[in-house]
Amino acid sequence: MKIAYFTERPYRWVNEDVVLKNKAFFAVPNTHFDRKKGSDDYNHYLDEACYAEEQGFDAVCLNEHHGNPFCMGNVLNVEAAILARITKKVKIVLIGNPLPVIKHPLRMAEELAEIDLISRGRLVTGWVRGAGSEQYFNNANPAYNREMFNEAHDFIIQAWTKPGPWRYEGKHFHFRHVNPWALPYQEPHPQMWIPGVLSPETVLWCADHAYPYIGLGTSLGPTCDLWDFYAEQAAQNGYQAGPENFGYLVPTFLADTEEKAQELGRGFVYGGGQNAFSAPQYTLPPGYNSKGAIRNLAKQPGGSWLGINREKMGGGDDGPAKETNFDDVRQKLIKGFEKGQRNLQLLIGTPKSVIPKIKQIMDVIRPGTFTFFAVQGPVSNEDRMRCIQLLGEHVIPEVREYAKKIGLMDPFERKTGSVKLTHGTKRAPVVDREALKHFKFEA
Amino acid sequence: MANITEKSEKLGGFELSIVRGGSGKPLLMLHDELGYPGWMGWNEALAGDRQFIIPRQPGFDKSPRIDWIRSYRDLGGYYARVLRELKLDKIDVVAFSAGAFIAAEMAASDPDIFGHMALVGPMGLRPTEGVIADFIAMSMRTHLRATVADPFETPEFLKIYGGEMTPEQFENFEDARAETARIGWEPFMFNPSLPHLLQGVTGIKTLLVWGTKDNFTPRGCVEAYQKAIPSAKLVEIKGAGHRPEIEKPAEFVAALKQFLAS
Repeated sequence: MKIAYFTERPYRWVNEDVVLKNKAFFAVPNTHFDRKKGSDDYNHYLDEACYAEEQGFDAVCLNEHHGNPFCMGNVLNVEAAILARITKKVKIVLIGNPLPVIKHPLRMAEELAEIDLISRGRLVTGWVRGAGSEQYFNNANPAYNREMFNEAHDFIIQAWTKPGPWRYEGKHFHFRHVNPWALPYQEPHPQMWIPGVLSPETVLWCADHAYPYIGLGTSLGPTCDLWDFYAEQAAQNGYQAGPENFGYLVPTFLADTEEKAQELGRGFVYGGGQNAFSAPQYTLPPGYNSKGAIRNLAKQPGGSWLGINREKMGGGDDGPAKETNFDDVRQKLIKGFEKGQRNLQLLIGTPKSVIPKIKQIMDVIRPGTFTFFAVQGPVSNEDRMRCIQLLGEHVIPEVREYAKKIGLMDPFERKTGSVKLTHGTKRAPVVDREALKHFKFEA
Repeated sequence: MANITEKSEKLGGFELSIVRGGSGKPLLMLHDELGYPGWMGWNEALAGDRQFIIPRQPGFDKSPRIDWIRSYRDLGGYYARVLRELKLDKIDVVAFSAGAFIAAEMAASDPDIFGHMALVGPMGLRPTEGVIADFIAMSMRTHLRATVADPFETPEFLKIYGGEMTPEQFENFEDARAETARIGWEPFMFNPSLPHLLQGVTGIKTLLVWGTKDNFTPRGCVEAYQKAIPSAKLVEIKGAGHRPEIEKPAEFVAALKQFLAS
């Protein structure tokens, strides 16, 4: 198993009322950005990555978002390049570069090759479609999002593997001279891991490419369904999926006492948390979702993990929230925080209380990589570092041992797609549904 | 009530669903970016001596998307071929919002394609002042509500949108907005070269209709059209928003009838 550390690198200094009034983090005006605090934060988060390496993490992860104090990773390749030089052992895992948003796959191929070379082969490159709000920010046509994603991905692999110079005239990208002089350190190229929130199309695509799929804090039941979906497609493609094909990321905060963990762990719902990442009109821009997904959304009264539902999309009033007293809102957020813990989508506590929960998750979905997502909100540097230390000293050794015991191999220990299935052979399970039965999840 | 039919026909190599209603001289109607809203009072008022031909834009509702169409210019070209195949020469057109963008592209490519061209709340040109509203960055409900100055003073608006949104309506609106995003994304809902191409078009009688409370296409949009087509006549409908045809139907119909008879 590979154990990874991830932080959104939040900008921690916006007053919560500002976010609540905006009803989301995205589009909070950048007049609230303090340059000195931002500078301190960027440097601190790089220090966290180095500290995570010291504490025994196998990997540090980076993601990218734009125009959003929820995440300051506006150009993750810049941070990855720095980490390539200032860390020594950890994998640098990108979850991921938003290909349709960047719109320059040749430049992407060059940047990532440089990172892999400087790190001497520690890059794991990952791709995302980009959240809805990224499309607006970068003026990337949402209706072509998936097409551009697929084309950019295919192009990058060619750029890394086809001898140059050559010319490319595609549907969305055109390059008259492809001959990158930085090629990745790893041959033929770095591994590719794909994070997601249960999009069936993405999962199918991953299975077709035998790319590990990383569930981002997704509810265990639907995660099992999607892992099975992946495994079925893998079987169609002639291989047995296993732990090496799956990863899981879960928001986690540890402190020395339960009380302190609960108090500071609320940072995960600061400003509304992940569900307030962006307002509905920015979250699912027209054309971004497949027809099938829209059809499902049209029929369902409830919500998805992103908190978007038909009612919210059909709703209006995109203006700021009218309430000036947000205490009721905060009470609802606390309830959500507590429910998230009961549903094992938030792990908050001391190592002693959290380790059994991690093992329960590992039992059910059997991931080959496990990523701890650091707390959001105005939590101090010291408390954040202490969490990393507690993870390193108490959690990682136990998780690693347990993973070995139940056979959770990561994609470096066993290559994805390497366990062949002969035609007609029934595939082995990839999740433990018996273990899932012990949970009662709240909707 | 006029006899209204809808049929899917193979035109320009693809299936296109066309609504027809009324009788008399053909009148092409190009709906807006939300799709064909249904037969409205203004349609009925003209249906006595005009036969409406209302294609549902490819990618909207019953008309399948056509992948090779990647811009409003492409769509104009497709529709021009449709008109040739239907043998509708020098047809009159009334076009709304993004539909006006299509009509303008068609006129720019072929000055003989239309006899009369009425453009209502027209997109297609960069406004001389202000910007075309970014309706893609609105929720659907905000988008709908913003199209009229006062939804509660617009009975036909409430008729179309007043109830619970059905799954089909939700899906159709999403399809319409997705297709509009696909072909109109950038520059958003205008073509920078269109005013130059329209300047060569002098033979099409042109009417511009604009509601004085239009939040979607500011006055700068019609001013841009007036610059590109100096012979165009402007009718302002006081107090109407982006959809004067349902907000002030009597005034709208009077202006349109007078124009089409000219």
